[in-house]
Amino acid sequence: MALPEVKQTATEARLATLTMPDAGCTRAAREDALARVLEMGLPGRRDEYWKYTRPDTLISPEAPRAALFHSDEPLLFGDLDRLKIVFVDGVFSAEESDDLQLEGVSIERIEDICCKDIHWAKELYGVLEARGQSPVQRPLAALNTAFAADGVAIHVTGKPSKPISLIYRHASETSDAMLHHIVRVESEAEVTILENGPAASRFNKCMEIDIADGGTLHHVRAQGRDHERRAATHMFTRLGQEATYKSFTLTVNGILTRNEQVVELTGDDAVAHVAGACVGDGDFHHDDTVFITHDAVNCESRQVFKKVLRNGATGVFQGKILVKEGAQKTDGYQISQSLLLDDDSQFLAKPELEIYADDVACSHGSTSGAIDETALFYLRSRGVPVKDATNMLTLAFLAEAVDEIEDEALAEAIVERLEGWLSRHS
Amino acid sequence: MAALDQTQVKEGVDQETVDAVREVGTYKYGWDTDIEMEYAPKGVNPDIVKLISEKNEEPEWMTEWRLAAFERWTQMEEPKWAMVHYPPIDFQDQYYYARPKSMEEKPKSLDEVDPKLLATYEKLGIPLKEQMILAGVEGAEDMPAEGRKVAVDAVFDSVSVGTTFQDELAKHGVIFCSISEAIKEHPELVKKYLGTVVPVSDNFYATLNSAVFSDGSFVYIPPGVRCPMELSTYFRINAENTGQFERTLIIADKGSYVSYLEGCTAPQRDTAQLHAAVVEIIVEEDAEVKYSTVQNWFPGDENGKGGIYNFVTKRADCRGDRSKVMWTQVETGSAVTWKYPSCILRGDESQGEFYSIAIANNYQQADTGTKMVHLGKNTKSRIVSKGISAGKAQNTYRGLVSMHPKAKDSRNYTQCDSLLIGDKCGAHTVPYIEVKNNSSRVEHEATTSKVDDDQLFYCRQRGMDEEEAVALVVNGFCKDVLQALPMEFAMEAQQLVAISLEGSVG
Repeated sequence: MALPEVKQTATEARLATLTMPDAGCTRAAREDALARVLEMGLPGRRDEYWKYTRPDTLISPEAPRAALFHSDEPLLFGDLDRLKIVFVDGVFSAEESDDLQLEGVSIERIEDICCKDIHWAKELYGVLEARGQSPVQRPLAALNTAFAADGVAIHVTGKPSKPISLIYRHASETSDAMLHHIVRVESEAEVTILENGPAASRFNKCMEIDIADGGTLHHVRAQGRDHERRAATHMFTRLGQEATYKSFTLTVNGILTRNEQVVELTGDDAVAHVAGACVGDGDFHHDDTVFITHDAVNCESRQVFKKVLRNGATGVFQGKILVKEGAQKTDGYQISQSLLLDDDSQFLAKPELEIYADDVACSHGSTSGAIDETALFYLRSRGVPVKDATNMLTLAFLAEAVDEIEDEALAEAIVERLEGWLSRHS
Repeated sequence: MAALDQTQVKEGVDQETVDAVREVGTYKYGWDTDIEMEYAPKGVNPDIVKLISEKNEEPEWMTEWRLAAFERWTQMEEPKWAMVHYPPIDFQDQYYYARPKSMEEKPKSLDEVDPKLLATYEKLGIPLKEQMILAGVEGAEDMPAEGRKVAVDAVFDSVSVGTTFQDELAKHGVIFCSISEAIKEHPELVKKYLGTVVPVSDNFYATLNSAVFSDGSFVYIPPGVRCPMELSTYFRINAENTGQFERTLIIADKGSYVSYLEGCTAPQRDTAQLHAAVVEIIVEEDAEVKYSTVQNWFPGDENGKGGIYNFVTKRADCRGDRSKVMWTQVETGSAVTWKYPSCILRGDESQGEFYSIAIANNYQQADTGTKMVHLGKNTKSRIVSKGISAGKAQNTYRGLVSMHPKAKDSRNYTQCDSLLIGDKCGAHTVPYIEVKNNSSRVEHEATTSKVDDDQLFYCRQRGMDEEEAVALVVNGFCKDVLQALPMEFAMEAQQLVAISLEGSVG
């Protein structure tokens, strides 16, 4: 079917600014992805899946200018022992990164893989993204598959001793970065992947994660305090039997952030938890879009999303649990809550269930409201100043999402970040 | 029912029970009335629109209104977003107007109405002429006479056959008549309110309805009047290949109250039939309207053949402060349902409530829910939706709760639960929640589960057979909604819940 004219024009204009990298074994995947983009067109304002978030600045030919961010605060996860992989404006920086050698894992740059004809990456690059295009289209992810020039391929075969930390640095006010990472976790292997830092003025990131039977992946991400950036990220995850995927994202500030999580439970007894906490002020717009597909027996999925909004900030949650026919004994849980600290902010949610199996327990809940006056009064009557009391209650509100992080040190680092934000913004 | 026939009669279950169940399991309103009909030519075009207007002896402004709607409709596209699938509808291969020949001269009173038509309604359990008890209600006879008076407007295909108790209602200033009559007798009211809640261009089906609606009910309750009896419209589709497009307009003026019931059935046919209605309710200051529906259109047979496509737009506008509207619906029929009774809570402290039970069995598809649009301060809304899927049916709750920036201190509570019986059906929930101020509280909960084994075991242990046990558990699941129904409907609805699920166990 022909695309509407507006969409066609916008898509062509964007594509005109991009060149496909010399791609080797990823070439076929990239060409297929480009064909998908041409067929779907880039997201438009009238698309139902973009009802609450305007995609205009994410698809414009040039990235909108974004001021660089400076802070005296120590970098997040700075004290942790980790393997650092640094990208500056979406380009791998060998000087700033650690040596990519670690037992139990092999790490390569996508650029390096592209010169090879045979590589395990061929089985994964663009594969999960393509699967994730149905039933809902995600053209920005396909665009990424086709044109991302950098990223890493992480092959986890054992249990590496420290987390792999992807650090993004923003150096140019007009940078337009596209990164594509692929991660394969082998059977019984286990890894923790961290992501943080302001990446670029505009950042389009795609990560494909394939977890084999019994494998485990922990993912903790902090989207930085830089405010003017725009980001659209996709995580496509496929889980085998008894595999585990636990992801947590903290977002503070950001004029536009759209995080999509597409999770497919294909093996029995798999577990997937995705959680997010976000705090936003002013012209902050944050969108969590989650799509979890249960396609096996006895799997568990959990979505916990909490948003604190003030001064006209907007929080969006679109979550869906799809339970396919035969995916019996599914346990699906979804909660999305917002705390509106003043009258101008807004919370827009679309928590969906689509269920084709009868022996399941699925539930979702969504609430929105102001700080509980009774709780506030209680704290004040105990001598806690209003500001502290509000912060205390705000942190308590976010706790359920932060609790999803299993590693205590990581959780602590996240809480510190939140406390910092609250003390600056109250 | 085929599914039931295949069910092995378990030991200890007596044959009588099985037979009784089989009997109620069939759609009991599936017969048709053999009556001479007068049709407008097939298809829809400006001439048909003019013809319908002419048949209803409408003034020119009404004809113009319809034609404008038709013009608009030709530029619109059929909505595709609902989770329902059906073969394309050929809108030119339908009759848009069908009336019994005997209705050519509008009867002046019920005495003049064709006995065949009266017999039809009697068979449906609605004896228009003698007693106006809403039918199928066991135990209603034991109620005191005062309590069971219900005024009925009976709509047969495209025309209203008659309206009962009009004189008694008139004494209180209540106007209850067919909409075609209202256009002639009370043009000032119709002109003032028609299309103000559901605008002509609202959506594809509402626009089509605006162009070709043939009849429907009109209610006006004057200020301060508590309508002395319940009002009811009974819709019957009889003719083949005929769409029913009715329009209902209810106006509750300041401080008034009315409870309105709606029932519908259709004969069992192999081809699907279209039903696209519009209901508009205007609720002024301090007024209250209770609107209850038991929708029991022919759902198609167990192989998904035939049935009614039910595309309905229902909306209430709570214009005045402290106005209140309550929608209650029991949706058991129709092959495809597309229906979202909504509340615009414009007045301060206005309230909207929505209670729904939607049951889909065999190949039925239901996409239904509500919209609560909070515009005024201190407005409250409550949504309780229970969806039950069995056989190969798909049941979707789709709803919107919107708190506008000015709707300070408002409150919404939504609960939508789905129950799945069998592993070939589907239950879906698609809520939209938009909160644009922080003094309002919005809570949404949804669960999906199957009939609890422990509860079933308990019932079976007490000697119930499986079907009975499921019916009991399901009734318990629906309790919140059943309790909100007026007495006249509660019993019928309870039975319907059991009937619609026949054959889904085992």
